[in-house]
Amino acid sequence: MSEPTTPTRARTVPTETGAVAAPAPEPAWRRFLSGSAGRNIGLVVALLVIVIVGAVTAPASFTSVDNLLVILRQASIIGVISIGMTLVIIAGGIDLSVGSVMGLASVVATLAAVQDLADNLHWSVMVVIALAVGVGAGLINGIVIAYGNVVAFMATLAMLVGARGLAEILAERRTLVVQDRGFITFMNADILGVDILIWIFAIVAALGWVLLNRTTFGRRTVAVGGNREAARLAGIDVRRHTMWLYAITGLCAGIAAVMILGRTTAGTSTHGQLYELDAIAAVVVGGTLLVGGRGTITGTVFGVLIFATLSNVFIQNNLSSSVQAVAKGVIIVVAVLLQQRFSRPPGRG
Amino acid sequence: MRGAEFGSRDGEAACYVRRVIKVDHQSSLLTVRGVTKSFGGVRALRGVDLDIVAGEVHCVLGQNGAGKSTLIKTLAGVHRPDEGEIVWLGENVEIADPDAAIELGIATMYQELDVVDGLTIAENIFLGHELARGGFTQRAEAARQTRELLRRLGHANLSPNTEVGSLSAANKQIVSMARALSHDIKLIIMDEPSAVLDTEEVKNLFAVVRELTAAGIAVVYITHRLEEIREIGDRITVLKDGRTTAVGLSAAETPKAELIRLMTGREVANVFPERVPVASDAPVVLDVQGLGLDGVFSDVSFSVRAGEVVGLAGLVGSGRSEILETVYGARRSNTGSVRVRDKVLPRGSVRAAVGAGIGLSPEERKSQGLVLDEPIFVNIALASMKRFAKGGFLDDRAARKVAREQIDAFELRPADPDRPARTLSGGNQQKILLARWLVHGTEVLLLDEPTRGVDVGARAEIYALIRDLAAAGNAVVVVSSEIEEVLGLADVVLVVADGRILSALPSHQIDEHGVLDLVMKGSAA
Repeated sequence: MSEPTTPTRARTVPTETGAVAAPAPEPAWRRFLSGSAGRNIGLVVALLVIVIVGAVTAPASFTSVDNLLVILRQASIIGVISIGMTLVIIAGGIDLSVGSVMGLASVVATLAAVQDLADNLHWSVMVVIALAVGVGAGLINGIVIAYGNVVAFMATLAMLVGARGLAEILAERRTLVVQDRGFITFMNADILGVDILIWIFAIVAALGWVLLNRTTFGRRTVAVGGNREAARLAGIDVRRHTMWLYAITGLCAGIAAVMILGRTTAGTSTHGQLYELDAIAAVVVGGTLLVGGRGTITGTVFGVLIFATLSNVFIQNNLSSSVQAVAKGVIIVVAVLLQQRFSRPPGRG
Repeated sequence: MRGAEFGSRDGEAACYVRRVIKVDHQSSLLTVRGVTKSFGGVRALRGVDLDIVAGEVHCVLGQNGAGKSTLIKTLAGVHRPDEGEIVWLGENVEIADPDAAIELGIATMYQELDVVDGLTIAENIFLGHELARGGFTQRAEAARQTRELLRRLGHANLSPNTEVGSLSAANKQIVSMARALSHDIKLIIMDEPSAVLDTEEVKNLFAVVRELTAAGIAVVYITHRLEEIREIGDRITVLKDGRTTAVGLSAAETPKAELIRLMTGREVANVFPERVPVASDAPVVLDVQGLGLDGVFSDVSFSVRAGEVVGLAGLVGSGRSEILETVYGARRSNTGSVRVRDKVLPRGSVRAAVGAGIGLSPEERKSQGLVLDEPIFVNIALASMKRFAKGGFLDDRAARKVAREQIDAFELRPADPDRPARTLSGGNQQKILLARWLVHGTEVLLLDEPTRGVDVGARAEIYALIRDLAAAGNAVVVVSSEIEEVLGLADVVLVVADGRILSALPSHQIDEHGVLDLVMKGSAA
């Protein structure tokens, strides 16, 4: 690499003498696709293909504003979880406990004592409690991982099992119905014709984007994921940072708990089961590297929308959820294969 | 010993017995003509010639970025050349993949050794071409052949069943070489094999190389260390900017100054900058008292004044890097104290050290220093993110602006703040780390092997930068495996052996022999 003078721009035209070889030009489409905008274009194309398939196979029911809202509502809860998951994965971690923590938060927020308190004060008490449970569980994850040096996979796997169990104990395996009509009404209202749930997803995604791209916290997240040791030796408190990252995924799980309480009007220990896998799939399909150091919130949003739309298309065509699962699996593998093709730096393999 | 020059040690190197290699083009093993290779728009090779004869040690010299790695990978079948021809034993060949290279008889020992830590020596050697009958590995036969290979390499003491992960870097190289020999090879390419070795191990390596050449195998030897070329090399090919500037020079007769000129295109007479005497009233900035880390080093005391460069000389494993890391708080000391100005630093806190104005340029630039996929400006701003943010929100325009200033000041190339750090040469990556701490504003700079993997031309630049940083009032501590570098750069030289500081002398009162004597004595004790 001798004095690489901005290779992407300054490309020489082959000379007649042939003595000076023109650099083997990388096809423009390939360069474009390997850029970050290009990767998202790939996701847009994938989403479009699914939409077209939906429009062709179920023209009456698929192409309507109502159905669009159904898809977005469907995407919103898993979407919120995926935003937090994106940050943790970019930092080189993983959080398997989000689904369980969400279930636990939904149960705690609907316990009789909490509901009584909410009855006396305001339904926002339930919301605060759910978020606090999420952040608390996330902090425990973070502390165990960052200060206890436990591998994230194991620490959050333990939380996955433990939180679900705790939720079952607290709920005594019953469904805890939300009594507060104010809460139900609020969560099922719409603003400008768009559901509150969808707004929540949009706001969380926007905040996540700002956090990742415009704040020191986001820059540190990328640095920790890209080279943990370099970040540490540059004076970044990697442990504290790691701890807060898991608090954020916990917070997202708490938000998701509030959302599902609004949608189902009940808390149960089974809320959020396997959500962690859907979230990880959406994040990875969205172009975030599982090893950390690279990823985008935009990609994750597309990943979430792709799965939600796909699921909707299958439902519109009366296909079973088993068929959906198979399709999901295929999409995950294809997406990762494509990413590896296009994100490979030049000159390697 | 002021301003040591390259070339001042020629007399020493000449005492090695030289074999005379007859260059007869009939006997050419490998001839490379006019090879070019581009990646995207970057032209890594612009016309390279090379001529290797059987049984010679052929050194390939060049700055970082000159195209050495690309050339090696082209010969190893990792890259395919865009143009030019490769002639192997008189026939035009295309080396399509690494297997094809092995098939021809070309083996490559990469810098990052390609051995599998979890497997035994024998398993590593036969990895990919296991001795098997009917699908079952023949362990006894593999062990026998491994023993034979290790014996050929003069390392009969290694057991074929030892797990490779437990071996030293030097012994891993031996395993890598044995693997090469397990194929029927005629040429072995070694990419900076001495970079991870200490003096004794390098001697050993040279003995092995001589064994190989005695058996008629040619060795292509890549190195940054000019003195090694005289010791081990027969002929030299020099690369600069992807072109060969000299082919097949005699290693014995070509003066160092000439080699440096060929590599850099300019004369580097004095690589070490003039020392500026430290003012006698300069305040002590860094004061280390009785520092100890259990089992690694103990009772380390020294102080550094503003504008002073203190060098730590010692072998790999003497504890010198650990001392720096402990001062920096990256390791938690068991005893003693570190003081910056009047502030005693808490043990084991990098953040406190950074806050007090200490900066570290770590030994392993890539794995400890840089976030390789992030752009230059992010890497420069990594320690000063708060400065380039308002209320937690990033101000990348300010960071880019400052990075651009540093790029100009350090002559960092390519001069594009958005270039990923990965694409830069070792010297330029080192400049990023210096710029990082300059931007952060430090009083104490700890530099661990600041010129490792940095080519000769860029080294002089790095030395000058280090001197400038000292002149600007920094207290600088330099650790280096190259004693010459410590002596040339530092005002005060601390000799470290076996976790203790054996002597602290002004650099004009000690020379290389003095340091080596102390090191030997210290290690024996």
